[in-house]
Amino acid sequence: MSWQSRKNNVLPGFTPALGYTIFYLSLIVLIPLSALFFKTATLTWDGFVAAVAAPRVLASYRVTFGASLAAAVVNAFFGVLVAWVLVRYRFFGKKLIDALVDLPFALPTAVAGITLTSIYTQNGWLGRYFEPHGIKVAFTPLGIAIAMIFIGLPFVVRTVQPVLEELDKEIEEAASCLGANRWQIFRRVIFPTMLPAILTGFALAFARAVGEYGSIIFIAGNMPMVSEITPLLIITKLEQYDYAGATAIATAMLVVSFLMLLCINLLQKWSRRFAE
Amino acid sequence: MQGTKNQKNSGTVSEPAWVRYLLLTAALAFLALFLLLPLAAVFAQALDKGWEAYLAALKEPDTLSAVRLTLITAAVCVPLNLFFGIVASWAIAKFSFPGKSFLITLIDLPFSVSPVVSGLIYVLIFGLQGWLGPWLQAHDIKIIFAVPGIILATVFVTFPFIARELIPLMESQGREEEEAALTLGASGLQTFFRVTFPNIKWGILYGVILCNARAMGEFGAVSVVSGHVRGSTNTIPLQVEILYNEYSYAAAFAVASLLALLALVTLAVKTVAEWKMNQTIPVTDTER
Repeated sequence: MSWQSRKNNVLPGFTPALGYTIFYLSLIVLIPLSALFFKTATLTWDGFVAAVAAPRVLASYRVTFGASLAAAVVNAFFGVLVAWVLVRYRFFGKKLIDALVDLPFALPTAVAGITLTSIYTQNGWLGRYFEPHGIKVAFTPLGIAIAMIFIGLPFVVRTVQPVLEELDKEIEEAASCLGANRWQIFRRVIFPTMLPAILTGFALAFARAVGEYGSIIFIAGNMPMVSEITPLLIITKLEQYDYAGATAIATAMLVVSFLMLLCINLLQKWSRRFAE
Repeated sequence: MQGTKNQKNSGTVSEPAWVRYLLLTAALAFLALFLLLPLAAVFAQALDKGWEAYLAALKEPDTLSAVRLTLITAAVCVPLNLFFGIVASWAIAKFSFPGKSFLITLIDLPFSVSPVVSGLIYVLIFGLQGWLGPWLQAHDIKIIFAVPGIILATVFVTFPFIARELIPLMESQGREEEEAALTLGASGLQTFFRVTFPNIKWGILYGVILCNARAMGEFGAVSVVSGHVRGSTNTIPLQVEILYNEYSYAAAFAVASLLALLALVTLAVKTVAEWKMNQTIPVTDTER
């Protein structure tokens, strides 16, 4: 069926366009990524396991995944709230705020990193209020989670926002006519419609946080076993010329990224089916 | 709000006023804390020691050479990925073929790879211990810890930006207009430049501005391949890191404020491009 429609297509340039696409994709993305797997394949199984399951590495997974999960949960909650407010309410400066939501995409991660650190250190704008209560944010896993909340902030907002915009007001009116109160309408009508988008945004924010490096290393403190993230460990190994160790950990991370990508694709398919 | 039309049901079709204010306040407080505060902090810290120190920090030779390298990197990466984005979206959006959604997934791949891993893969190929390392050394070509490595890693991380913007845009426009142009005797290139291009120009701007922002701001991948040689292989973000680690905070934030300004310009251009795109898409939608 699909080949049939291509034969009926009179537009020129399909073969060179697809050819160049595959050529450039292979050159820039596929061949370099495969280098990682070939390099990993030269390791012995025991060597691989020793590299990816060393205590310091395991601790870094705990820090990275734990903080990413916490950040994604916070972003899921506040992302829905922000999307809701941006779609449903009218207030002064709404357009400006809507545009600003994408700031974490546009602001280079190193800038975000040093700025967040300066805010949350003990003399910082916010840190000075936490310090007397014995709460340390900068240079602890809490700081890592804060940086991850910042970089993941736009994902849930931007996936939920279009769904809320398309949500038919009539459905809510129908539920209202049938005697549902506002909370019931939200819980039984609006929330289930948003759910696939929330989960997609959650997964995107989580995946981004797991791989994030620039905004975190400044605020993390980078204490081995306590506040050291996995991407930093890769760099540390590289600086010690331990290419095998760096490659093994990178492969483990890449496999997790691929699994996340698969989840996100399935979630997006689900939400599309939901929309129809 | 919307409920006012339907006075009777307004109680259940919209939230009570106090809930609205509560939600609005909570959302704005969250955004103020996580977006406005950091943005304000960059500029406040940059000007901490006054304008003179600010300008002096920007005039440092190392900083100027970092700016130059960042501009060169973006000037190479953006056109490469722009050309790819247009060609790929032409093949993907205007034709149907098996494996199309798999191809789109592969194009999106660099987004899901950690920046550090993106840098590492090039070290594995071009580094001294890498596949091509010995050959490159024999011919005295430096890629890793040199400018070509920085450019390669940046091309990788910015790879999907323009393509992923243009594919859905061109798909939503269909191919009737191009077919009409061809029937009227236009050549393939004429059709592209006179018919397709005007339809996608705002999408191109949108993709280019985001690609450029990432190219100029990339840190993790570039940091792996750069080697951090002052005045020669440092981009602006790496220069920020060096200054910060040397405790020259005001200088670090002064250089960082350049990137924050870039981010603000990016957001402004992006908003305009989005608005222009929304103006053009609904027309074609209602025609159908």
